[in-house]
Amino acid sequence: MALLEIAKLNVHYGAIHALHDVTLEVADGQIVTLIGANGAGKSTTLRSVSGLLRPTSGDIRFKGQSIVGRPPHELVRMGIAQAPEGRGIFANFTVAENLDIGAYARRDQAAIRADRERALTLFPRLRERIRQNAGTLSGGEQQMLAIARALMTRPQLLLLDEPSLGLAPQIVQTIFHIIREINASGTTVLLVEQNAHMALHTAHYAYVLEVGEVVMGDKAAVLAKSDAVRKAYLGVA
Amino acid sequence: MADFVQIFVLSITAGSVYALIALGYTMVYGILKFINFAHSDVVVLGSWVSYTVAAFMFSRLHVDAEHPPLWIGAVVLLAAMAYCALSGYVIERFAYKPLRRAPRLNVLITAIGVSLFLQNCGQLTPYNLTSQGDLRFPFGASPQRMPDLLGENMSNDDRVMWSISFAPDANGYAPRVVVSKIDFSIVVSALVLMLALEILIHRTKIGMGMRAVSYNFDIAALMGVPVNAIISFTFVLGSSLAAAAGFLYALAFPGLNQPAHEVWVLLGLKAFVAAVVGGIGNVRGAALGGFLIAFVEMFGMRYIDSNLRDVYVFAVLILVLLVRPSGLLGSPEREKV
Repeated sequence: MALLEIAKLNVHYGAIHALHDVTLEVADGQIVTLIGANGAGKSTTLRSVSGLLRPTSGDIRFKGQSIVGRPPHELVRMGIAQAPEGRGIFANFTVAENLDIGAYARRDQAAIRADRERALTLFPRLRERIRQNAGTLSGGEQQMLAIARALMTRPQLLLLDEPSLGLAPQIVQTIFHIIREINASGTTVLLVEQNAHMALHTAHYAYVLEVGEVVMGDKAAVLAKSDAVRKAYLGVA
Repeated sequence: MADFVQIFVLSITAGSVYALIALGYTMVYGILKFINFAHSDVVVLGSWVSYTVAAFMFSRLHVDAEHPPLWIGAVVLLAAMAYCALSGYVIERFAYKPLRRAPRLNVLITAIGVSLFLQNCGQLTPYNLTSQGDLRFPFGASPQRMPDLLGENMSNDDRVMWSISFAPDANGYAPRVVVSKIDFSIVVSALVLMLALEILIHRTKIGMGMRAVSYNFDIAALMGVPVNAIISFTFVLGSSLAAAAGFLYALAFPGLNQPAHEVWVLLGLKAFVAAVVGGIGNVRGAALGGFLIAFVEMFGMRYIDSNLRDVYVFAVLILVLLVRPSGLLGSPEREKV
């Protein structure tokens, strides 16, 4: 049984049918990526999993249990964390407070301290800026903070929405390197990306979304070699 | 000089009440981004519940009306805060929560509806809840007199907390500045409550949750913050402060007007102005705005023209909106992308 199973998921925004029967699986311990163009429904899929959107039909199962209709804060307690698109850090909080709020639903003080230490070791830049207002961080630092903050919920499944968005190539390399490290220490990752090259290079498994439908799903290494993907998403003729 | 100091004392007192009310407006705005027009009616509720409970206790406990024990005041205050907290919870649950995803205008109109509902229910003919007829609810349409909880209406000397005498002038007249027990109680209670709120918002977990929700519902929820519970809590908190303000106002002005009287509307409006002037959504701004409005009102009354007291307050509002539309401490939201 996969950690996350999405079956025949349909989502509407008013009259717009954003997702058509999306079916996919995220196996425990893997990095799975959803690639696709702007508006393909990648973020919509993530937002349905994290409970921000209520699908019109279909099922989402986490550890075998249906989670459709549960509010996001309950899903956080169950072990699903999302670093939202556009980073969404609390700009008027300090870096330290942003990390603290990630642990909002937790009571295990000792473990929280340990996780905070781990997050700061993963992102040393954040440690240097711990007392700073998060709004003053650079884009890359904000993305690091968004991921670190999501880790503070101690997730089993980490949802990352476009972590490379608007970042310099070198920072993107760093971020993806850290995503692999996070995964290596046992957190399953569902990664939504427009940067198909980095995503396929990083993930174990990949799905391609086109206008709200899953059109391909295979091992990332296989998709990276497929002609269709190379043409459409990797810019290789 | 004595005159100036006396007006200063009165401004601090009035400002404390404005600030307590303004905090409720600003907290709800900070989180839900709408003006809760029913907030001033919760203040009225606080005053009238204070009166009801105080009258009942005076009747049953055979209180020495000249020297009532202070704990009665504390019980009355807590009762009013508890009642208003519950009302705030119920109002949010049944009037505003169903409109969570509705356009702001709908919520705003609903708030006006809630306000009218509270005003009119407050004036319904009271029922006697006890055979002696000393516990009546709701409040009715005639004014009542708030029992004297500090025992200070009896003689002038009993009223005085501190009195500062100034040097006599050429005619041998020595002016006095009086800080009454009422002034003192109002200022101290208001400051304690505001300090507690400040600590709650900036030093506690639930306060952090409130700040997160006010920044963004969705992101707060993704961090595990129970958004609806935080919103309920905010209403409970704002309504308790409104109750405290209503209680203190009734101490200062014991002639209680009926719940739909215009003085209540004006009190609510001025507190709302205080919240806007301080920067709506900003808790420290609301406190600052409350005091600023009171100073302008009181000093304008004394040194310009006492008939225009309301004009000064709204003139400040217009001035602030022209020069600094986001208020004194409010800053337009900036975020690096």
